[in-house]
Amino acid sequence: MSLILTAIIVLCASGLASLGCGRIPGRANAIGAAGTVLGCLIGLAPAAEALWSGQAQALHMAWPVPLGSFHIQIDALSAFFLLPVLGLPAIAAIYGKTYLAAYSGKKNLGASWFFYTILVASMALVVIARNAVLFLMAWEIMSLSSFFLVCFEDEKEATRKAGWTYLVATHIGTAFLLVMFVLLTHHNPSMDFDHFSAAGMNGASISGLVFLLAVVGFGTKAGFMPFHVWLPEAHPAAPSHVSAVMSGVMIKTGIYGILRILTFLGHPDPWWGWVLTGIGVVSGILGVLFALAQHDLKRLLAYHSVENIGIIALGLGMGVLGMALNQPVLAVIGFAGGLLHVLNHAIFKGLLFLGAGAVLHETGERDIEKLGGLMRRMPVTGALFLLGAVAICGLPPLNGFISEFLIYMAALSGMGAAGVSLSGIAVITALAMIGGLAAACFTKAFGVVFLGEARTSATEKAHEVSAAMRFSMAILGLGCVLIGVSGPAVISAMKPVLETVTGYQNYDVAACLAGSLAPLKHISAAAVIFLAAAGVLIWLRRWLLSGRNPAESGTWSCGYLRSSARIQYTASSFAQPLTGMFGFFLQTHQEIEPVEGYFPSKGRLHTDTGDIFTRNLYRPIFKGVERFLLRLHWIQQGRVQLYVLYVAVTLLFLLVWNLR
Amino acid sequence: MTMNMTLLQIPAAFILAPLLPGVINRTKAFFAGRQGQPLLQAYYDIAKLLRKSAVYSRTTTWVFRAGPVISLAAVITALFVLPVGGSAAPFSFTGDMIFLAYLLGVVRFFTVVAALDTGSPFEGMGASREVQFSVLAEPALLLSLAAMSLIGNFHTAEIAPSRSLFMSLSEIYARLTMNAWAQSGTVLLLAAGAIAIVLLAENCRIPVDDPTTHLELTMIHEVMVLDHSGPDFAMILYAAALKLWIFCALLAGVLTPVRSGNLLLDTGAVMVGIFLIAVGVGVIESIMARLRLLRVPQLLSGAGVFALLAIVLVLRGQ
Repeated sequence: MSLILTAIIVLCASGLASLGCGRIPGRANAIGAAGTVLGCLIGLAPAAEALWSGQAQALHMAWPVPLGSFHIQIDALSAFFLLPVLGLPAIAAIYGKTYLAAYSGKKNLGASWFFYTILVASMALVVIARNAVLFLMAWEIMSLSSFFLVCFEDEKEATRKAGWTYLVATHIGTAFLLVMFVLLTHHNPSMDFDHFSAAGMNGASISGLVFLLAVVGFGTKAGFMPFHVWLPEAHPAAPSHVSAVMSGVMIKTGIYGILRILTFLGHPDPWWGWVLTGIGVVSGILGVLFALAQHDLKRLLAYHSVENIGIIALGLGMGVLGMALNQPVLAVIGFAGGLLHVLNHAIFKGLLFLGAGAVLHETGERDIEKLGGLMRRMPVTGALFLLGAVAICGLPPLNGFISEFLIYMAALSGMGAAGVSLSGIAVITALAMIGGLAAACFTKAFGVVFLGEARTSATEKAHEVSAAMRFSMAILGLGCVLIGVSGPAVISAMKPVLETVTGYQNYDVAACLAGSLAPLKHISAAAVIFLAAAGVLIWLRRWLLSGRNPAESGTWSCGYLRSSARIQYTASSFAQPLTGMFGFFLQTHQEIEPVEGYFPSKGRLHTDTGDIFTRNLYRPIFKGVERFLLRLHWIQQGRVQLYVLYVAVTLLFLLVWNLR
Repeated sequence: MTMNMTLLQIPAAFILAPLLPGVINRTKAFFAGRQGQPLLQAYYDIAKLLRKSAVYSRTTTWVFRAGPVISLAAVITALFVLPVGGSAAPFSFTGDMIFLAYLLGVVRFFTVVAALDTGSPFEGMGASREVQFSVLAEPALLLSLAAMSLIGNFHTAEIAPSRSLFMSLSEIYARLTMNAWAQSGTVLLLAAGAIAIVLLAENCRIPVDDPTTHLELTMIHEVMVLDHSGPDFAMILYAAALKLWIFCALLAGVLTPVRSGNLLLDTGAVMVGIFLIAVGVGVIESIMARLRLLRVPQLLSGAGVFALLAIVLVLRGQ
């Protein structure tokens, strides 16, 4: 227990020290990065221990805040979330040290590191807090520190707007959480999590309401559709290592919140599972569709986070359904798939955001259409980005496949039970479509950015990034491979986590998991066959071609010898058949100046796929609110005397109220 | 005996797969009143390509060279979970159908990426269409396999809490007897229809794609491999033949419900089925025109609807 507190203190202290060195960018950078790595490593030790032993550790201290107490605990669920919460930011910090160096002199790096360390510390506190007041405070610090990180490049108007959207969205989410905690404390004297047990939740209606509030409140942070609108704005605006942490880890605290609340609510109703499955289907399919239509590499990745959160929701939905219908195998495998996808997504999305950051760092360009041919200029970054792309598409033998496979298995194994069949079909169809669409999206992103010829001169000047940045990406790439080939071991290690989530005492979680272990062992063996076959074929190819001097030539293009980079297929044209097919959902805005006449001089096509929920749902609502508030404008006259009068009247009113 | 047959399946696929394109071509030649190419043409092509050197575009990187290798390795791995009729695959485990479908996804991913590596507009166009159609083909395949896994099983099982209804491909195919056809023929017919459409789409056959020409702007798969040559192209041809074998075996397993227990008879029947399907593909190619590209999504959605209908029928008790 003392170790996790030490970790938080080290993080905060190094943040403050870094802030103090704001004038000397090099020192601020070094202190911030080193402190983050040190703090995270210290914090990972108790998390690993709790996962290994399955024993929860708690610390209870008095705290002079009304209803609050400083109560923290690391149980298996917290420990599982601590792994990405502390692991990814440490790796991203190594990367960020070089990445931010480009801004030294222009920006206050000390402040950036201060908010970064505070963000990491607050995320750790969120997953170990066991008191609602403490939890909400950590939650709020997390939101605010990430807001300041998003606004790093505040001279750009788009960034300020993104930050503002994020701030509003996150506070609307927190408002739902406040109501939820008030409901939970209905009959309780204290706001300690220990008191929120199933016993206090005997009224079914209130537990359903609490669940819905949790889905909206935490779902806003997690990026469930339609509460995701802040995500594609805020993630691209932040510096890339911050994007990696926000997209890979911070949004997962929303998933943690939902799981923690579920443990308070006791036996769930089936419709909770249906709600989560429905959200998963919508977020998954629409998330990847919108990703496909984007031209901005980081925005594309941000929409993919919505998709992956959807996949996680599918897993949780299956888990909740299994609990509600007393199908322990369904419950355990569903939760296992969802939870493992939390970890997997942190790894490959971290890798992809760092890769996108490397591209941005070298070319200054986020627009996919202006990149190209980077594979020869940045071979290591390119290879690792490819690895991350294969992993996020859920292809074997990498980690994404293992978690998606578990969710498929949950859906298929539950199909026979009444109440699951429909959601089972929905999950299978959605996952299969998401798989196809994700492959389309990442062949587009990787193919257009890294392969072919450079499309602009900015791209031609790119070089491979520094060793530190490559090192960070390589560690994450290694994680994708390791989890991919060691599925059975990973799933066995998750047993205590699943016991905490399901709260099963009458069923044996290990026995429920056993059914998924045999397939995973076979998959690991098949992965070895796959790699061996690839190895033999590589050797065969080399042997066949040795001494034959393969010739070099231009790409064959129907007899044209001197083709230009501009004839290459663009990202938009690559995605067009799919975006056209799903045009109803995407509502892409097009500006066309067609090519006309016998000797056309120029034509132009501009497409922009904004978010349909922003346009059709939130904008009208906020316009309405604004119109209503403008009506109250007459109160604000701007005269001091009037305001003094307001104060006096209010005081008088309160006095009368009190004397009543 | 079982063990022997199981282990023989993979060499049989390795040896016989390139015969399938030959059978299809001879069928087409028969319909056109031509003599046609030799049955063994695919073997000759592969042998010749293996003896040649290669030409690489200056634009390409190692991704282009890795494409054929990884695709072939993935198809070979897929053979390990593929049952041939009632005879089980060397690897059979719950959920191997997903593994199979995703291995084919690996093939697609690396073929597309290798095509994009050339920077050629033609190959980009083919790649774009390939990923579009796979979005619809993949759910159709998985749903039809899921429907078959539920046949007969759904009614008998009194849902014990720890019991999974879901099976491996080998178990599913072992249960597809004459009896199963008699009891739930509609479901099997719908599932087989869906698999047949996916077979045509995934193996670049008419009415989705035309394997005979390379350069028309309507092509999908053939255009993606324009720049490959020599041993790389041999691997691509061989992987395509094996992929066709996989889909023919999946379809033949449903359509030839001979499960007598005599392995020679059973396996023989499925093998005949596989080659009859190849003849069927040839017949379709001879008597049908290619669909317009805009129509292809409708065909594939149709396959998805077949599969969905099959599942709904099983779950509602036929």
